[in-house]
Amino acid sequence: MYFEVRGKKTFCSNGTGSIEPGRPSVVFVHGAGQDHSTFVLAARYFARQEFNVYAVDLPGHGRSEGEVLGSIKGMADWLHDALEALGVTQTAIVGYSMGSLVCLQFAADYPDKVRSMALVGTSIPMPVSDPLLGAAKANSHDAFAMANTWSHSKRAQLGGNENPGISMMMAGQRLLEITNDGVFYADLEACNEFAFSLETAQKIKTDALVFIGDRDQMTVPVKAEQVAEAIPKCKTIRLASGHAMFSEHPNAVLDGLITIV
Amino acid sequence: MAKPSNFKFDTLSLHAGQQPDATTGARATPIYQSASFVFRDTDFAVGLFNIERAGHVYSRLSNPTTAVLEERIAALENGVGGIATASGQAAMHLAIATIVSSGEHIVASRSIYGGTHNLLAYTLPRFGIKTTFVDPRDPDAFRGAIQDNTRLVFGEILGNPGLEVLNIPVLAEIAHKAGLPLLVDATFATPYLCKPIDFGADLVTHSATKFLSGHGVVIGGLVVDGGTFDWEASGKFPTLAEPYDGFHNLNFAEEFGPAAFITRARKEGLRDFGACMSPTTAFQILQGMETLPLRMQRHVENTQAVIEFLAEQEEVEWLNHPALDSHPDHELAKTLLPKGCGAVFSFGIKGGREAGIKFIESLEVFSHLANVGDAKSLVIHPASTTHHRMDGVALAAAGISEGLIRLSIGLEDVSDLTADLKRGLRASQK
Repeated sequence: MYFEVRGKKTFCSNGTGSIEPGRPSVVFVHGAGQDHSTFVLAARYFARQEFNVYAVDLPGHGRSEGEVLGSIKGMADWLHDALEALGVTQTAIVGYSMGSLVCLQFAADYPDKVRSMALVGTSIPMPVSDPLLGAAKANSHDAFAMANTWSHSKRAQLGGNENPGISMMMAGQRLLEITNDGVFYADLEACNEFAFSLETAQKIKTDALVFIGDRDQMTVPVKAEQVAEAIPKCKTIRLASGHAMFSEHPNAVLDGLITIV
Repeated sequence: MAKPSNFKFDTLSLHAGQQPDATTGARATPIYQSASFVFRDTDFAVGLFNIERAGHVYSRLSNPTTAVLEERIAALENGVGGIATASGQAAMHLAIATIVSSGEHIVASRSIYGGTHNLLAYTLPRFGIKTTFVDPRDPDAFRGAIQDNTRLVFGEILGNPGLEVLNIPVLAEIAHKAGLPLLVDATFATPYLCKPIDFGADLVTHSATKFLSGHGVVIGGLVVDGGTFDWEASGKFPTLAEPYDGFHNLNFAEEFGPAAFITRARKEGLRDFGACMSPTTAFQILQGMETLPLRMQRHVENTQAVIEFLAEQEEVEWLNHPALDSHPDHELAKTLLPKGCGAVFSFGIKGGREAGIKFIESLEVFSHLANVGDAKSLVIHPASTTHHRMDGVALAAAGISEGLIRLSIGLEDVSDLTADLKRGLRASQK
């Protein structure tokens, strides 16, 4: 569905479900350079379970208009405005990678809005390597190749997708390739500059679940564990996965989300 | 600058799409000869049907063995996904039926496999889909044939049997400017010799019966989605960019992004037309693909040697292969097919049709049959077999003379091949 945030046409997928008053909501926030399609399976599941599903495209991403926001804080504030526009008063929030940082910031800044929170591939801070930042700044295709390759475990790079016939590597790469120039760099820079502390995470009161990929090279397991340990009411799920857990283990991730959303 | 370390072609040919079996540890891809698969529970079953869960329901829609093949060809072609079909013809039909509807139109190279010509020229018009055939070497002809209702541009990477090299970058630009995808049948090249998606094609089909399986033992086809075409921006593809009643108003482009085409093809085309591949066939094709790089190297090496041999024979009237300096597409072939132009080519014998028949019937190593891409060397006379439905005018338009002989060079010792050809050439003139 399209709606308006700050005067800009904005898109969110409802998982091909309907939006009905009184239903519980779940909001999905995508990673750097990505869009709502990362969450297609889970979004469709929760839509069938009669949730109001909002898998948003952040400004400048996917089908949403507007300039990229350039900071995690800015994205969290934008998410607040988006939920205001949608009339969502409280919701479960699910964030992947950069989206997990948006969820952390949102949960800290707008605690009353959050019913529960799931973080998939997270880290505080979330530093981005100079080669990746440099390539993204140059709008080089190398940036997509680096991020996509490093996001998948070596095992997953050979395939064996649970989703029949789909190449995890190429699906991930094509999604990044359709971003406009500058978007991926702005997102990575936002991750790199994320000013948030584990002490702040300790103040988050909501029920939380952190998915940890044992083979995650982008947000390494030890960092994800630190986030989980900092949040008072947080559980963890460990997967034999790289960073791209929605791609490598869609069923296990959904099983976990069902327990928290 | 640090670069990611991706797996190379030879490694992907062996491994892509498969992990050792989680239950048994089997290293080879198991043949999951099962029509259907037990659901974890009712909710999971609904999730599978509604594309919320990943997995298998029924082997017409997907199968664990077939899925390995589908993922492997996607990896080798740099596509987002693949679908295995009952034959190459089924792959063509699935690709077309997913995006072209009654009242719409295709622009196609006229130098194509006879079976594909039949589909486009005679069968699809019964369902309201018409095709304009154009010279594969004439980009302006492709551009000029595009109509308001055109939905697809199609050609074969190496024309059949003329071996015209399809100028994929130029045709992709023409198609994309018109808001259309370019579909390339890459059967003769395989991804070892050319990856059409890397040059701008959006969709690729294969007859996996040929070089991919490589041993002439199965019939199968493959469709690959490059994930590169913007179906929504084109505004011409409601099957992908508008809600689909047949799947509870699912908008494939909106929900699946770059994987819209391949998802619709599976959820509609395989579901409703049902031209799926059996898991045993998929296993056999996978066995072939494991050695694809090695075989294609040998196919190309043997072909080069046979071409050099034939070029020196006085019984040979003409010889057609893009590896020859004299071929009109020789320079283009260097760009699109730098490792070689495949192992299927044609030549003419002095003496025309009668000499051609004597030649074929004198061969002992080459097999006279209607196929290409076998490990064994093959020979055929297209005007009387694969293209027999085409009249003289259509044959001429497709660049086929009555004396044309088509060879598919196999993996035998090349000296045995040239000796066999020499015997045939001498017999042809008696």
